[in-house]
Amino acid sequence: MDASTHVAHAHPHVHEAHHEPGFLRKYVFSTDHKMIGMQYGFTALLFLAFGFFLMMLMRWQLAYSGQPIPVIGELLHSLLGDGAIGKDPTTGKLGVMSPDLYNAFGAMHGTIMVFLAIVPLAFAAFGNFVVPLQIGAVDMAFPRVNMVSYQCYFIGGVIMFASFFIPGGAARSGWTSYSPLATLAHPEFINGQTFWIIGMVFLITSSLLGAVNFIATIIQLRAPGMTWMRLPFFVWAEFVTAFLLLLAFPPLEAAAVMQLADNLLGTSFFLPSGMVVAGNPAEVSGGGSPLLWQHLFWFLGHPEVYVLILPGMGIVAEIIANNTRKPIWGYKSLVYSVFAIGFLSFIVWAHHMYLTGMGTKISTFFQTTTMIISIPSVIILTCLFISLWGGSIRFNTAMLFSLAFLPMFGIGGLTGLPLGFNFSDLHLHDTYYVIAHFHYVVAPGTIFALFAGIYFWFPKMTGRLMNEFWGKVHFILSLIFMNLVFQPMFAQGFAGMNRRMWDGGATYATADGVVGLPQSIIGMNVGISHAAWALGLAQIPFIINFFYSIWRGKKASDNPWGATTLDWQTPTPPPHGNFDKPIEVHRGPYEYSVPGHAADFTPQNEPEKHKKH
Amino acid sequence: MEIPYTVKARPDTGLFNAKVGIWLFLASEVMLFGGLFSSYIFLRVAADDSAWPHGLLNIPIGTFNTAVLITSSVTVVLAWASLKLGNFKKFRMYQSVTILCALGFLGIKSIEYKDKFTHYEIWKTNGERMTGHIEGSPWFWDTETLRQKNMQELTFHPDPKFYFTPKVKHAGGASGEEHGAKHEAVKVPVSQIKRLSAYVPAHSTYFGIYFTLTALHALHVLAGAIVIAALWGPLAKMWRTEPERFTNRIEVSGLFWHFVDLVWIFLFPVLYLL
Amino acid sequence: MSNAHTQAQPHPHTHSAAAVQAHAHDVAKHVKVYIAVFLGLLAGTVATVAMYYVHLDSVPLTITIALFIATVKAFLVAGFFMHLISEKKTIYAILLATAFFFAGMMYLIVWGRDEVPRGTQYWEGRNVQLPVDKTR
Repeated sequence: MDASTHVAHAHPHVHEAHHEPGFLRKYVFSTDHKMIGMQYGFTALLFLAFGFFLMMLMRWQLAYSGQPIPVIGELLHSLLGDGAIGKDPTTGKLGVMSPDLYNAFGAMHGTIMVFLAIVPLAFAAFGNFVVPLQIGAVDMAFPRVNMVSYQCYFIGGVIMFASFFIPGGAARSGWTSYSPLATLAHPEFINGQTFWIIGMVFLITSSLLGAVNFIATIIQLRAPGMTWMRLPFFVWAEFVTAFLLLLAFPPLEAAAVMQLADNLLGTSFFLPSGMVVAGNPAEVSGGGSPLLWQHLFWFLGHPEVYVLILPGMGIVAEIIANNTRKPIWGYKSLVYSVFAIGFLSFIVWAHHMYLTGMGTKISTFFQTTTMIISIPSVIILTCLFISLWGGSIRFNTAMLFSLAFLPMFGIGGLTGLPLGFNFSDLHLHDTYYVIAHFHYVVAPGTIFALFAGIYFWFPKMTGRLMNEFWGKVHFILSLIFMNLVFQPMFAQGFAGMNRRMWDGGATYATADGVVGLPQSIIGMNVGISHAAWALGLAQIPFIINFFYSIWRGKKASDNPWGATTLDWQTPTPPPHGNFDKPIEVHRGPYEYSVPGHAADFTPQNEPEKHKKH
Repeated sequence: MEIPYTVKARPDTGLFNAKVGIWLFLASEVMLFGGLFSSYIFLRVAADDSAWPHGLLNIPIGTFNTAVLITSSVTVVLAWASLKLGNFKKFRMYQSVTILCALGFLGIKSIEYKDKFTHYEIWKTNGERMTGHIEGSPWFWDTETLRQKNMQELTFHPDPKFYFTPKVKHAGGASGEEHGAKHEAVKVPVSQIKRLSAYVPAHSTYFGIYFTLTALHALHVLAGAIVIAALWGPLAKMWRTEPERFTNRIEVSGLFWHFVDLVWIFLFPVLYLL
Repeated sequence: MSNAHTQAQPHPHTHSAAAVQAHAHDVAKHVKVYIAVFLGLLAGTVATVAMYYVHLDSVPLTITIALFIATVKAFLVAGFFMHLISEKKTIYAILLATAFFFAGMMYLIVWGRDEVPRGTQYWEGRNVQLPVDKTR
């Protein structure tokens, strides 16, 4: 190592000059953590857009139930076939979404957004790009494993995407794939659910390899002087997230194997005795339990929620410290809280299952742990809020998104409490209230944090800044329309509107006086849908800004934000091997505006001026 | 710049990278098999206690296979110790025993599987049940097969003792299975057969979880054997250039192998004996 | 144990065969331990199987003893073959966290089962019937 660093120091561009890797090696089969991070980021953004597109079509169906989808109705018909897209009986126009297609879109929207968009973007893309830089490492601990991890993710994504076009269409039993529905919903032998399970196995493998790599990297490859309590908070968040992925995903893999056996080999792991399907007793041995699937699924499912949110919190903490120009308030509280969340997140899962008829004792247990886990979450949010106090805040786009994250995640978190109590959950379960709650956590929560991260690290990735004006336009419009989409859903949920209705609640209108809902509640569907489509349009400035800035944006210096952490103390974009000199860490991560220092930030690798002898 | 601590241990953790990696991986494996073990307990507790099958597996063969796997585990650790002593020849010798044991284990397991695939249970319309073999020992028949073949009656060699007696543990068992085919055949009219199933995953949740657990375990054995064989053969030339790194690799592959052995230590009593 | 000794080598660049020579005695001692553990594992296997044929009346007792023997065997493999008894703190921390989540999963899932009102019975359904139903 000594010899090679010496060479790199003498000729900073020795790598590029002497052995420039070929195109395939550099962009496709790269083992460099930064390129893998960008591969993850790019693929995940595509899936994010795709998942959003599915949702926009579903919103059409909810607002204008039974009417043909405008513009692309015929195209969808030619892609998906007669079973999925039907004719309007009165006008004869093609483009009416079938209930099965609506269910498939619902299931795949969830699956794609969680497993193919947010986790890869938040955990893998930012983690891969930023973590080794922030801890002063030359790469991840296992670069080839890292490459395989991305490839598994990519294959899993292709399988999920391909499932739309097979006979019978994609999986349509919800993103949770509850048995026995997931086993019985498809008449075909090899069906969308089979693809879903196999795709999931690839995604789980990808996450496991990634998690092993992240933990090993953070434990082993910290630069000299980078002690645990000098790690930037983002690294801590990724560290705990990696543990959640490592330990929570395998039980789902086990469950996926068992469900695959139920679907293909005729076992009855999740099929109870005496089951009747379409009026006939099912020809299975029976003796299984649908509850078992739910336990194993939510054993992953709940830690997964924290996998979605913790990296977002890490990103926001970095950006707030940088743009308030003062240290994060309560760094240690943040670290301990993130650990507490990690531990507790494994023993709260059954609060998703209050309505399965669990006994009262175990419901009380899970209700209690659920209430306890809200404490560290509130501590984190409080620390971030207090960090703003007395700062001279720079309101750039990254900071605006981070600031919006705080109340948006706050709403998402606090509205979760009524779902965590089993008595109020009885009313709210499976209504639009649930959708509003978790989307507030993930959409204006995590996705805003991810946008903040993109605006923040873009100059390090590309060497150019994104346009601030269009960034702010993107921010304002996104903020407005996000709230217009999800706020009314709370009202719908309180009124008791079920979340899985294909016709957008038209059934309620026909059942007026029995279980009917007021027209004001059902009519909200139209407004929500228009807000959702407007939210889609609001992303156009971002997309154009993103691609324009890659090639034409304003050139950025190595450290455009005046940041202290090591990721900004590298050449831009960082070369293979990251640092042009051996790096040593001398101080904590957030030394902003230290009295007596010339600059208002002191990088972590800057030596102490007055050394004690 | 090169990634540090690929061979030497990092001073403050005392570990080289791959060792952290393999232990993390094993931690996730613990959760994978843990998920299946919890399912096993869940399904078994859910079953009526007298209805959970007992004694359907061949215990002598299972015991022998356990011994085979334990032997391979000790040869792996001895091979690593030989490398530590600089004795490459002994390392090769021990690891070849390991590989043979792995293949032996898989071979014996396949024979066990084959026995199960040709062993049948009939549920009769009058509530009676019998186990045994079908004339000609076909594989994978079920009720649907009878319908398709349009058979009128089935020539069946019942096991000497009906294995399943409610509230009595361990009745019948392995001995019946072995000699089943020798016993006098009976003709069972198909009209009396409500359900026919070989001892395949679809037979019952017991066989479902048995095959899931053992097949997943066998996959691990296969993967471990491939890695060990690769380090025995083509990758062994690293010993000449980077002996310490090679020894580390043997240690890491050994850790995986011991874990596979460890899983079997629990699988054997849980599936065969309890 | 032995890997700790390797790290403590005074001259990391000496040829490793020569370096480990000094610890040949230690390794030889370990080999004896490995053989002893191997014999212990075989004895444990024999004991478990023997117990099956002896056939205790109490099912819970049978399960407890068998799982106890299996646990002892597991500790032998993990402790000596995987040399966990002399491993580093980092590994212990990882395994401790895993043990916590493993135990939580096992216990809570099974508790979740017990708490559900009973109703499902194993052999019920169209295809099969309980041959003798003594419960009703």
